[in-house]
Amino acid sequence: MPASDYDSACLPDILPLYYRRLFPFSQYYRWLNYGGVQKNYFQNREFSFTLKDDIYVRYQSFTTQNELEKEMQKINPYKIDIGAIYSHRPNQHNTVKSGTFQALEKELVFDIDMTDYDDVRSCCSAAEICPKCWTLMTIAIRVLDRALRDDFGFQHLLWVYSGRRGVHCWVCDEAARKLSVAARSAVAEYLSLVKGGDETMKKVVLSDPIHPFIRESLVLVERYFPLYALQDQDILGRKESVDKVLALTPEDVRKQLQQDFQNEKKPENRWNLLKDQAKRKQGTSKKGQHFEKEIMLQYCYPRLDVNVSKGVNHLLKSPFSVHPKTGRISVPIDLKELETFDPFAVPTISMICEELDRPRTVEEEEKSEETNDKENEKDAAESRKIRDYKRTSLAKYVKCFDQFLDVMSRSWKGELLKKSDLQKDF
Amino acid sequence: MQFSSRRKKFTTNSQTELYSHPLLFYVQPPLENISLMEFETFAVERLKLLKTIENLGVSYVKVSDQYIKKLEAESKALNFLYRPEADDRKPQSGPTEQEKRRKDHISHFILRLAYCQTEDLRRWFIQQEVDLFRYRFNALYPKQKLEFLHRNNLQYDTISVEEKKALHDKLVNSSYAVSGITVEDQDFYKVPFQDALDLVRSRKVYLKAGYVYIPHQEIVTIVLNDFRTRLSKALALTARSLPAVHSDERLQPLLNHLSHAYVGQDYSIQKNVGKISLEQIDSLSGKSFPLCMRQVHQSLRENHHLRHGGRMQYGLFLKGIGLSLEQALQFWRSEFIKGKVDADKFDKAYAYSVRHMFGKEGKRTDYTPYSCMKVILSNAPSQGDHHGCPFRHSDPELLKQKLQVYKVSPSGIIQILELVKGMHYQLACQKYFELTHNVEEASFSLNHPNQYFIESQKVLGGGRDIKRETDAPQKPQENSTKAPIAAPEAAANTQDVAEMTEELDSFFQDA
Ligand code: SF4
Ligand SMILES: [Zn+2]
Repeated sequence: MPASDYDSACLPDILPLYYRRLFPFSQYYRWLNYGGVQKNYFQNREFSFTLKDDIYVRYQSFTTQNELEKEMQKINPYKIDIGAIYSHRPNQHNTVKSGTFQALEKELVFDIDMTDYDDVRSCCSAAEICPKCWTLMTIAIRVLDRALRDDFGFQHLLWVYSGRRGVHCWVCDEAARKLSVAARSAVAEYLSLVKGGDETMKKVVLSDPIHPFIRESLVLVERYFPLYALQDQDILGRKESVDKVLALTPEDVRKQLQQDFQNEKKPENRWNLLKDQAKRKQGTSKKGQHFEKEIMLQYCYPRLDVNVSKGVNHLLKSPFSVHPKTGRISVPIDLKELETFDPFAVPTISMICEELDRPRTVEEEEKSEETNDKENEKDAAESRKIRDYKRTSLAKYVKCFDQFLDVMSRSWKGELLKKSDLQKDF
Repeated sequence: MQFSSRRKKFTTNSQTELYSHPLLFYVQPPLENISLMEFETFAVERLKLLKTIENLGVSYVKVSDQYIKKLEAESKALNFLYRPEADDRKPQSGPTEQEKRRKDHISHFILRLAYCQTEDLRRWFIQQEVDLFRYRFNALYPKQKLEFLHRNNLQYDTISVEEKKALHDKLVNSSYAVSGITVEDQDFYKVPFQDALDLVRSRKVYLKAGYVYIPHQEIVTIVLNDFRTRLSKALALTARSLPAVHSDERLQPLLNHLSHAYVGQDYSIQKNVGKISLEQIDSLSGKSFPLCMRQVHQSLRENHHLRHGGRMQYGLFLKGIGLSLEQALQFWRSEFIKGKVDADKFDKAYAYSVRHMFGKEGKRTDYTPYSCMKVILSNAPSQGDHHGCPFRHSDPELLKQKLQVYKVSPSGIIQILELVKGMHYQLACQKYFELTHNVEEASFSLNHPNQYFIESQKVLGGGRDIKRETDAPQKPQENSTKAPIAAPEAAANTQDVAEMTEELDSFFQDA
C-alpha cells in the first residue's frame, strides 16, 4: 500500500510541490468567499497554520486568493486550520480596541473522532482504525446528515475525512453560519444521545415517547447493527463482551439471557433472544423498556465532540490540509459513494506527488489539450495546476468538492440577484 | 421639565388600563412623575429580587416547586406582584395589586437605564429579567395567558388542521404534553428553531426542516424568546440615549450606583474600628480574606506597591474590616517605603488618598467598600494591576492553579470552575468559602468582600464581637443619608426632590 511509503520526515521536501502544483486554491477560495455576498467575508476569516516542529501561528488572514496562495507557498504549512469570520481582519487583531475584535460567524461544524468509541470497538483502540470500525463513521454520517437536512433544514453539508481517524462536517448554509453559540449548542445537544464517560456504563437512556428524531436515527442504526456489532465486533460472542451487553439490560432479563445463551452460541440468534425479551417486557410493563434500542444506540450512535460544534471561534482542520502523521489529504467524502469510501484508499501527499512525476499517458495529453483550449483565457499557471491535480488520484475528490460548490453557488446567485433587484428599486 | 396638566390626566387614565393585567411586556415606559425617593426604593428592591433570582437559578431547577416557592416568597416580601389574581381590594396592609404593578413597571425601566451601559451589565440584567418573566408567565391562568398574548399583539403562526393530521404521530411522539386525544383540540405553533432553543436542546418538540412545532402549553418558550429579543434591542437603544442621562446631574450618580449596587449592608459604618491589629493582617489574609483581597494583599507585600485600582479596592476593604485611619496610614506607609517610595514622597503623594478614603480630605465623602458587583463589573484590571475579582478576571487555567496552591480539592476545583464558566462569579466565590471553611452550605448569599470576611470570622470563631457591632442598617447606597423607606426626615427630604425624575420616559423615547 502506497500509504506506507509516506514518511513525515520528507514533508519539508514535498509540501512545496503540493502547494505549488496540487492544492485546489481556486475552489478553496470559491468556497470561503461564498460568492462575495457578504462584504469582507473572506478577508476577515481566520486561518491558522501549524509549521514544522509544531509551531502554531494563529490569526492569519488574507485579502485575496492570490495573497493566500503566495503565503501558503512561502511557509508551506504542515497543517491548516480554519476559524471564524471576525469583525476585523484577524491579522490586525492586535491593533483594534480590545473587546471589539469578535468572532461573528462560522460554518456549523461537527467533529467525530474514532477515539471516542473505544469502549464499543474491540478491533482497534486510540488512533488506530480498520475497515471494521470505520462503519461507525459511515453510521455517523448517515445519521447526522439525515437529521441536519430533514430536521434542521440545512442543505449544504460538506463531509470531510480528517486524514486519520475521523470525519468532519461543515454545514455551510447561510443560516448555519449565522447561528449563535447558544443555537449551536442546542443543535449539538439535540443530536447527542450517548452521554457519560468511563464511569457510566449505560450511556443511552430512552424515555417514552420516543422522539421522532430518535426513531429515524434508529432506522439507520438498525441497518448497520447486525453487520457491524454482531459480526465485525462480535459483541455477543466472547464472554467479556457478552457481559458488557447484558449489563445494559434489566436484572431479571439478564439472568434469563445468561441461561439462554448457554445453549445458543450464534450471535444473531442471541440477539434475537434479547429482542424477544425486550418485546415481552414492553408488552407487560408500562414504563419505557427500550433496552434493545438503547444497546444498539450505545454501540453505534454517533458520538460528537459538542465543544467543537458550540464555539463560533473554534478552529477546525481544513479540507485539503495534509495530516502530518499519516500524510493523507483531508478530502471531501462523496455521500453517493459513502458505503464504499475507504480511508485507506485516500491518497497521501507522497503518493500524489509521485503521480505527478509519472510520464503522461496519451489519453491524458489529449485531455489536457482540451482543457487548455477551453481555458486559454486563464493564465497559464492556473490551467497547468488544474491539469496537474487531474493527473493524480486527488482528482475525484476535487471533483466532489466542485459539485458541492456548484450546488451552493446557486443559492449565492439567488442572493446576489435579490441584492441587485433591491438596488434597482432605488 | 414642565409638563402640562393635560398630560397628567392622560397618564392617570391610561394607568388603570396599563395595569389591568398582572403581567407586563414593558412595551411602554412609565409616563408619570415619580419622586427621587420612589425611584431609588423601587430600583433597589427590584435589584434585590433579581439577585434572588440569580441565586435561586443556580441552586434549583428553574421550574421546580422549590424555586417557585422561594421566588414567590421573595416577591411577596419585596412587594412585587406574586400572584396573578386581579384582586384590587385594598389589602389590610401593604400596597394594592395595582400599586405593585406600577412599581414593577417603573422599577423595570429604571434598571434598564442603569443596566444598559455595558455588555456585561446588559447580559446579567436580561438573564434575570427573562427568568423573572418565565416564572410570572407560568403562574398565570390559561385564560390570562391568552389575554396577555392578545393585549400585546403576540401572534405566532399556527398550523392548519390538515398539517396537524399529517403530522399527528410525530407530534404525539415529540412531547409529554401531547397525547393522541389532546392533539386535535390543541393549537400548534410553527416557528424557526432558533426561536425555541430550549425546546430543541431537550428534544421536547417536533422539528422539521428548520421549524419547530410547539404545542400551546409550551408557548412560554416563544414568548420568552420574544421578550429576550425585545429587551436586548431596547437596552441597546437605551444605551444610545445615555449621554442624555449622563448629563443629568441628579440621575447619573444614582444610576451608576445602582449598576454597582449590591443589596445588603454597605460595611462603611465603622463600629469595629481598632479590633484588628496590623500584625494580624497577614494571617487573616490567608484565612478570612476573599481571593480578591488576598490577591492584592499578596502583591502589595511582594511589590511594595499597588496601583490606584488596587489601592482603592483594598484600602476601602481594610477600612471596612476595622482599620482606623492611623493604622491605615501606618500600614500603607510601612509597605510603600520598602519599595521605591520614601517616607517623604509617601506623605506627599499617597497619604492624601488614604485620608481621602476615610473622608478626611477633599469632598469628605465617606467612601464605601466595594461590593462584589463593583469589583466584578467596574474598572477591569489591566497590565500591572492586581485588583478585580479572581473569579472574573483570572484566566481559568490560572485560577485553577491558584486554587490548587490554596489546597482546594480537585472535585472542589471542578465545581468552582463550572460556576465560573456559567459566569456565576460570586457563587464560585461562595463555593470557595464553603470548601475552605468546611461548611456544607453557606447561610448567606455573598455580595460583598467585607461580608465574606465577617462570615469567615464567624465560622472561625474569631469574630463574635465584630459581628455584633456591625449591625449596620440596610443601606442601599452610600450617599443617601436617609433610610429608604418612610423615616420621618426622609419624608421631608422627598419634597425637595419630588418630581425630579418626571421625564423618565424621555430617555426611552426612541426605544
Ligand atoms: S466574588 Fe466578591 S468577594 Fe469573592 S473574590 Fe470576587 S469580588 Fe471578591
Ligand atoms: Zn478497528
